[in-house]
Amino acid sequence: MFEDFFNVVKKRWGDGEEEYKPPMFKCPRCQGTSPLSKYEELHRVCPKCNYHGRLSSQERIAITVDKESFKEFNANMRGADPLDFPDYKEKQAELRGSTGLSEAVITGTATIKGSPVVIGIMDSRFMMGSMGSIVGEKITRAFEYATEHKLPVIMFTASGGARMQEGIVSLMQMAKTSGAVKLHSEAGGLYISVMTDPTTGGVTASFASLGDIIIAEPKVLIGFAGRRVIEGTIKQRLPEDFQLAEFMYDKGFVDMIVERRKLRSVLSHLLKLHGFYPKEA
Amino acid sequence: MDEKRTAWERLQLIHTKGRPTIKDYIPQIFTDWYEMHGDRLFGDDRAIIGGLARLDGEPVTIIAEVKGRDINENKVCNFAMPHPEGYRKALRIARQAEKFHRPIICFIDTPGAFCGVAAEERGQGEAIAKNIAEFMTLRTPIISIVLGEGGSGGALALGVCDELAMLENAEYSVLSPRGFASILWKDASREQEASELMKITAEDMVRLGVAEAIIEEPLGGAHNDLDKISENIHEYLSQKIPEKCKKDIDVLLKERYTKFRKIGAFTE
Repeated sequence: MFEDFFNVVKKRWGDGEEEYKPPMFKCPRCQGTSPLSKYEELHRVCPKCNYHGRLSSQERIAITVDKESFKEFNANMRGADPLDFPDYKEKQAELRGSTGLSEAVITGTATIKGSPVVIGIMDSRFMMGSMGSIVGEKITRAFEYATEHKLPVIMFTASGGARMQEGIVSLMQMAKTSGAVKLHSEAGGLYISVMTDPTTGGVTASFASLGDIIIAEPKVLIGFAGRRVIEGTIKQRLPEDFQLAEFMYDKGFVDMIVERRKLRSVLSHLLKLHGFYPKEA
Repeated sequence: MDEKRTAWERLQLIHTKGRPTIKDYIPQIFTDWYEMHGDRLFGDDRAIIGGLARLDGEPVTIIAEVKGRDINENKVCNFAMPHPEGYRKALRIARQAEKFHRPIICFIDTPGAFCGVAAEERGQGEAIAKNIAEFMTLRTPIISIVLGEGGSGGALALGVCDELAMLENAEYSVLSPRGFASILWKDASREQEASELMKITAEDMVRLGVAEAIIEEPLGGAHNDLDKISENIHEYLSQKIPEKCKKDIDVLLKERYTKFRKIGAFTE
């Protein structure tokens, strides 16, 4: 905010040549441009077409759970390199530095309008939210904790799919996480999956699709195979709305599409409908 | 066993014309084979077959991905790339096995789940996810064998089991080396390099805790001696199926969960 003002002042009273142009957001869905400040004010929702853009895990926590209620699990867990893959360790270290994230998911406990939950939030800034050992282990532990403590789980998914650098070990995380979801479900646990941009590949083909309730944000990408891969197979262009949340909703794979500004309230209602009320003070 | 081949050489070998498919193995290993059809929801995907048979006189359920032996067979079975209805058929047949207390034998041989518009529309991701989760708690023993290609989620959908065996030259991978090179380096032509880095061989699978057994192939590969490779698969199953059937089912399920639970590398 202050910087913006400063820039305006600098532009106006500086060399006086160019008029100040505010930074713009170009929407990947409608291609329309809007002032970045407007997009951010709406918590990264395109003012023109309602595309729900990508949030960082910290931003998601801030708008979803009760203030200061989030307690992170396994904050010190760090990735290893199961296949001795060239440059993988360096890449992880570099991303930890540049994003401030430890990996592509954070998990923990929190409350939403007082209702207790185990929550997991994937972050596409860390290697496109791909699922390697850490993502698999943290999500599995989160479900195991929820099973043990009879808590509901809410997962915000955002992933390009498997972590290539971990090869088959990455694929096995699909079995590991899905197994933990299944045991949580058999114990009667509630699991709400919230698909955010993008939810694809091995994450779609495992825990993201296993929610008792599946919610998607508007216009987010949801699918198994990548668009380019399918276009390569069928040798033609796919329609623009292919694999968007609304498409998956029409096909019967999403229970509801919920706008970001209403999500906290919807989640709170759903938790209460399943008997998860705020603890008596 | 042959002198060690590289991952790339094995990939060439499993694509050799004449490599046996499940259709060759069934009459060699099993008796009384009855194939069952359809997922009861949409259709019958010929990329996956399933049904009943006897192994050493005892009833078993077989679920298998089918490679074609020629272009006509491949048209029918879609080059062993299943659609969602294939995975849903597999689950339906697996649930029957559970109901009637038959052990399940899955044969994996696929480049991957089909990537197409219809597959997406009918929920390829959901179908695979459902199989993975449901197989984890099916109350009957499950043995999976990778015959040739174990490609990605399309393989894992039949790969949640009590024990996984690899044919000696079979591969199991997160993605085809070609797809891998294309995603990671934006250059599909580096597939040979990818195949060596990806750790996809039978020995790699045992070392990484993904597979428990390797079934030896005849000299030069499975296509050189169908009788011999069938005998080796049969011998493995004759030992493993009774062993798993004898176990207490709750112990078996706990071990199945643990088998996958412990795969991963991290520090804390």
